[in-house]
Formats: sequence, structure tokens, C-alpha cells
Amino acid sequence: MSSAASSGAYDVAVVGAGIVGAACACEFARRGLRVVVVDTEVVGGGATAAGMGHIVAMDDSEAQFALTRYSQQLWQELRAELPEDVEYEQCGTIWVAADEQEMAEVWRKWDYYRERGVPVEVLDGQSLKRLEPNLRDGMAGGLLVKEDAVLYPPCAARFLMDRAQKNGATLRLGASVAEIGQGRVRLADGLKGDALKDDALEIARLEISAQIIVNATGAGAADLTPGIEIKKRKGHLVITDRYPGFLRHQLVELGYLKSAHSVSSYSVAFNVQPRPTGQVLIGSSRQYGAEHKEVDHGILMRMLQRARQYMPGLGPKSALRTWTGFRAATPDKLPLIGPWPGDKSVFLATGHEGLGITASLGTARILVDQITGVRPAIPIEPYLPSRAAKEHVHA
Amino acid sequence: MLSPVTLMVNGSPVAVPAGTTVAVAVVAAGQACRTSVSGEPRGPLCGMGTCFECRVAINGKPHCRSCQILCEPGMEVRTD
Repeated sequence: MSSAASSGAYDVAVVGAGIVGAACACEFARRGLRVVVVDTEVVGGGATAAGMGHIVAMDDSEAQFALTRYSQQLWQELRAELPEDVEYEQCGTIWVAADEQEMAEVWRKWDYYRERGVPVEVLDGQSLKRLEPNLRDGMAGGLLVKEDAVLYPPCAARFLMDRAQKNGATLRLGASVAEIGQGRVRLADGLKGDALKDDALEIARLEISAQIIVNATGAGAADLTPGIEIKKRKGHLVITDRYPGFLRHQLVELGYLKSAHSVSSYSVAFNVQPRPTGQVLIGSSRQYGAEHKEVDHGILMRMLQRARQYMPGLGPKSALRTWTGFRAATPDKLPLIGPWPGDKSVFLATGHEGLGITASLGTARILVDQITGVRPAIPIEPYLPSRAAKEHVHA
Repeated sequence: MLSPVTLMVNGSPVAVPAGTTVAVAVVAAGQACRTSVSGEPRGPLCGMGTCFECRVAINGKPHCRSCQILCEPGMEVRTD
């Protein structure tokens, strides 16, 4: 591939230095391709920094399960090499059932995961209370998914980018991308600093040539690739002060899927995570049609009320910070990974909604497999961007 | 001197004048208020409830700003 590239050009330009872009750069560089990564801001600064960092096998659909479980296994393989600041902890997820109706869902999930080789355990109300004494009394039970984990996403993205750079990738931060396509990344203001000071040509200052351009810009991906169906889905998170021992597993209410699937303007769900410092990360909210980053106090209050309904002891805890972020949501709840039918040089790696941290490693693998002609470990068809184009034909 | 108040700091009695803040009692006991995530000892900095460096556990309640709370007889203060 590099033999065909003109002098000074790259094999691959990855636009977006979030965890998905970093994972892609790492994988391309590992396979010997010449890679440049371009981002307006910093490594892992967008949705990567805003997310919880829950490494979760999700059973929403067969395709979602395949990608998240594959990715989770790749995180497990990488675990021994992750630096301490990535804070990878295999704490497990407990899907909490509030009543007998939700308990039926626990058994359905148990069967689904067990059939696919995921270690799971059904908890009755008493064993749930023993594992998480701060849940309110009277819960029906839950499902413990033992290999789910948590990590600190910005440091994970930094680790993947460092590894890409060690394998020869170039990182260009502070460069705002105006346009991509036809083997070129056009920059809005050129590269800052002395990145290309030896190059006298203005065109070189304003353009990066690459045979393949990966759009990994998350919720903003449609700005660079008009026509893809990505909507911004805003979320809020709160982090508390340190309360070691208060919470031991990632806890998610079984009503969570109702929230994740809701098509109404916003929804909240109980979703809390223990951090290694003893802090508790409290989520979650989902909101379409909100473009501004400011905290919405009405939604925040409902989210915290929901959390208190499940864990009354959270009430008097002190919160240190509240922030928001934007998930990249697609209409069919699956990411876009692969060639964009509108331009032969453009590939997409976006649309992960709330699963970008988990799915980053699997996304990178199957994208680079497609490009380098290696047979991917899981079927890639459900994630191909061309599926959306097909749906339009039949619409 | 105002009538002294005796409270416990990490299990040891400390006597201070009435009206003394817990932060002062902790300093008088020769203790740091808390330990940071990286393991550094921390104590009162702003003295007006803004910096949160002087947090201690009082009567089992964690993260109380000791510079904003007056000592009471028999109070149990823990800095660990």
C-alpha cells in the first residue's frame, strides 16, 4: 500500500483522537501502515473524557453483543500491559431487578449470556443485598456479569495513542479539519506550531494526503461526512467525593434499556460506578436535541432522584463535579464501521452511542482487518455504513 | 480562658477552649486532616470553607469541613 503513496503522503489519516481514533491509529501502526492522527483539541478530550468507562458486554442485539464481547476480550488481553493510571478494574456489572417482572428479564439475560460463554450469576434479593448493602431494601435480585470492568477512558486513549506513536504514527493536535475526501484532509487553518515549517508550499500546510481517511469524530462525524445519520445524544454525569466501600460493582437498573431505547426527548436511569479512589460516578441521562454543553439542572435533578431511589445513602454524599458529553447515536443503535459509499477514500469509525469505550478495540480490529484484507473475527456486515444507504433505497 | 471542651481526635482526648474550630483541634493534636489520593497529608488552607483541604470525619460522617465546625464535648474526629 505504501508503495503507491506519493512521497510525504500517509497511508492513513485518522480524524479524531478520541478513544476510537486512538485505537484505530494503534492498530494501523501495529500492522506497519504510515498513520497520521489529526484532532482540533487533545487526545481523549471529547466523549472519551465525558464517558463512564464501563467495559460492558451488551445484549441489546446479536450484533451489539458480538462487538462488545469481542472488544471486552481484547481489553482483557491488553490488561497486563495497561499502565496503572488506566485504572482497569474487573468489578463486574450487576443488572438490578426492582420487582418480579424485572426478575424475569434477569433470567432471560442469564440464559442469553450463559449460552454465549459469558460468566454470569443470578442473585436473589438477599445475595444482592450482601454484595451491595447500600441498595434499598426489597429489591427482587439481579444478574452479576462477572467479566465486565471499568477503566479511566482519557488515560486509556492516551495509552493507545502513545503505542501508535511508538509504532511510527504521527499526531497532529490543534488542527481543525474543514473537509475530508478524495484522499485529502483539508485543514481550516493549517497546522499550528512547527509541524511543517520546512514545507514552503501553502497547499501542504493546509492539506494532508492519505489513501485512507478514517472519520472517527464521534457525535460530530456528520459535519465531515454529510449524509451519515448520527445524532448527538447528550448525557450528564456526577462524581462524588471519596466514600471507600460504599459501592463495589457497576450497578445498572434493568429499566436502563427502556431509557436507552426511549425515543422521547430525554430519559434517566440508575447507573452507578465505583472508582478505585472510592468515588462514585453517578449516571445516566439521555437527551436528543440539546446542542449546548451546559448542565441541565432539571435533568440532573431527575437523574439524582433516580439514583437515590435505588441507593438512598447517596442522598447525603457530596458531589464534586457535574459535566455533560455527547454520544454519537445512530437510528439502529449500531456503530458505523467500514467504507463510506460516498467516497472511496473515506472510512467511518463512529456511531457507538454509549459503547465507544468498550467497542473501541474491536472497532479498530475489524476496520483494519477490512482494509488490510484479513478475515475479521466477527461478522462485519451489521456495522457497514452501506446498510444505511440500503435502507434509504427501500424507504 | 473560656471553659475547655474535650473531644477525641483519632481516639485520643484533646482539650480546647470553647469556640475553637475542629480544624484547630486537629492541628493541636499534631495531625493532618486527611490524605490525598496520592498519599500526601493535607490540612486547613483557606480556613473559610472553600478549599475542602481540611475535611475530616466527625461522629462517623465523612468529609466534614473542619474549619467550619466548632468543637463539641465528646465529639469523635477521625482523620484517617
